[in-house]
Amino acid sequence: MSMLRTVNLKKYFKIGKNRFLHAVDGVNVEIDAGSTLGVVGESGCGKSTMGRLVMGLLPATSGEIFYDGVDILRCTKAELAERRRKMQIIFQDPYSSLNPRMSVFELISEPLVMNRACANKKEQLARVIELMEIVGLAGRFINSYPHEMDGGRRQRIGVARAIALRPEFIVCDEPVSALDVSIQAQILNLLMDMQDEMKLTYMFITHDLSVVKHISDEIMVMYLGQCVERARSKELFKNPLHPYTQALLSAIPQPVLGKLRHDKLLRGEVTDPIDPEPGCRFAKRCNVMKPECIEHDIALQDVGSGHFVACVLCGG
Amino acid sequence: MLKKTLDKNTVPVLDVRNLEAVYQMDEGVVRAVNDVSFTIAEGETMGLVGETGAGKTTTAFSILRLLPERTGRIPRGEIFYKGENLLKKTPDEMRIIRGSCISMIFQDPMTALNPILTVGDQILESLEIHNIENKTKKELESRVDELMTLVGISPARKNEYPHQFSGGMKQRIVIAIALACEPLLLIADEPTTALDVTIQAQVLVLMEELKGRLGTSMIMISHDLGVVAKTCDSVAIMYAGEIVEYGTAKDIFEGKVHHPYTLGLFQAIPRLDEDTLRLRPINGLMPDPSDLPSGCKFHPRCVDCMDECRDGKPYPYNQNGHRILCNLLQREKRV
Repeated sequence: MSMLRTVNLKKYFKIGKNRFLHAVDGVNVEIDAGSTLGVVGESGCGKSTMGRLVMGLLPATSGEIFYDGVDILRCTKAELAERRRKMQIIFQDPYSSLNPRMSVFELISEPLVMNRACANKKEQLARVIELMEIVGLAGRFINSYPHEMDGGRRQRIGVARAIALRPEFIVCDEPVSALDVSIQAQILNLLMDMQDEMKLTYMFITHDLSVVKHISDEIMVMYLGQCVERARSKELFKNPLHPYTQALLSAIPQPVLGKLRHDKLLRGEVTDPIDPEPGCRFAKRCNVMKPECIEHDIALQDVGSGHFVACVLCGG
Repeated sequence: MLKKTLDKNTVPVLDVRNLEAVYQMDEGVVRAVNDVSFTIAEGETMGLVGETGAGKTTTAFSILRLLPERTGRIPRGEIFYKGENLLKKTPDEMRIIRGSCISMIFQDPMTALNPILTVGDQILESLEIHNIENKTKKELESRVDELMTLVGISPARKNEYPHQFSGGMKQRIVIAIALACEPLLLIADEPTTALDVTIQAQVLVLMEELKGRLGTSMIMISHDLGVVAKTCDSVAIMYAGEIVEYGTAKDIFEGKVHHPYTLGLFQAIPRLDEDTLRLRPINGLMPDPSDLPSGCKFHPRCVDCMDECRDGKPYPYNQNGHRILCNLLQREKRV
């Protein structure tokens, strides 16, 4: 049973007269309960918009989002409020996503108070202390303010806020990108432990392929608002089929001696998806482009064992 | 004026000895760099690796004498650029050295460029300031075109403003400015951290190419061991203002002995080429540089901490230039 499913989800931003930026353009995802879907891509590929759409923080232009079988774009307000408690988000930047005038206690209490989750002040305090323990924040920080804490601890506050209402589903939008590697590992381990203990479902958005490989069960690679490849994590790294995924993988410098390979270098840069022309959006940067790539849109195709690719070279 | 040509291999391009840098704050003295020594030979790239607050950028600013005037001080140490002590130079002399002999690429290309000047003018600016041969404006303009072509941007775009370029293009322009006067030493402070991976690869390959062509030496400041592995000849690992391990890239990436912090860094990153079930983070946090622990600075976070690590200087291991500050290696030697 999938926990979250989107059907042909689209988000167009209007920029000027009759011009539209296709931030998310027809994306279908499916996340099974208790698993992690990694969403990777470069800046401007629409991955953060994707997270905000799923959370209902941005209204979708068209498409459907089913959460536990209910279309949350078309259900009643009461139904939505019920669902919203089960869905939470952890933001990228722990420096700007926390109100600097609120103490740790107030920050972690906020979701509890907003949803009247605690019967009295005593219960609230106990729950805040419990949450701080879960995310590994020492109790002495309860009256501290965010500016007194380092990035890793601030991100732990963000995690505590997200899990305060015992959610089922969490969108993690680049939760470790602003952190140092040793701290990044601490937060990743925390997220994975919480998933085991609380049976959480994650949508993990990141630009870092090594992180996504580590944490995801399934991975979706996005390019200019579209999903170009989707597969089980192991399969994707063993057998990347889309030329963009291949280029992305070879561009990451591994901590092993040697030179970067020139031959796989991508030309050009990601463009803005403003009123894109039909055809593969990656065609202009692709090393193996064929004439048919720019003739018509290319759909995702199943190439076996749950591996989907949108490329004319694969199975089409 | 300093000579631009080097007496072959006799003097290193940069020789930093026992450098200390502190910031005088209201709350006390922040010891950002403690007893740092390294040399860089002609054409060599040294990686300076460490996490936030390790003192990487302060080291770079000390070399360029760019520490904030009111708070920053260098109480001890020497910095020789081709045999001349930079700490003894007057501000006017330093101004000539910066840009023409040693130049710097900053981390964030979005803020390093002036938003109200065209990119062409910004490249021209550094050429004009260091125009010792009294070239005509026309000659300098043609040099701007040459530099833009060198970094892979069409000179036709020189009258555009920074906001009209993407992040990767802006970083190329910053590189063009840094290389304008063909410096012997380039300090690159996290030059690709703000860029996407495919663009990062393009910029790294470009820097490698230019370095080879111009014979520039480089300090590559980075927190990314992958970037360092692909670009550097030697590596210094910094922790709490000290170089805890220094060696050739081979020593660091393929050697058998390491500082526990270096090992910790390697174990903390998820790898693409192998499967890790669980990451092994380094416990605890970076110490506060205004209140550093006694003894080995890493001892409160070290899994192999011994009694002797809590006081006194850690044992300075040195094997053919591979330097590690750690008492564990002393024990190994005794056995």
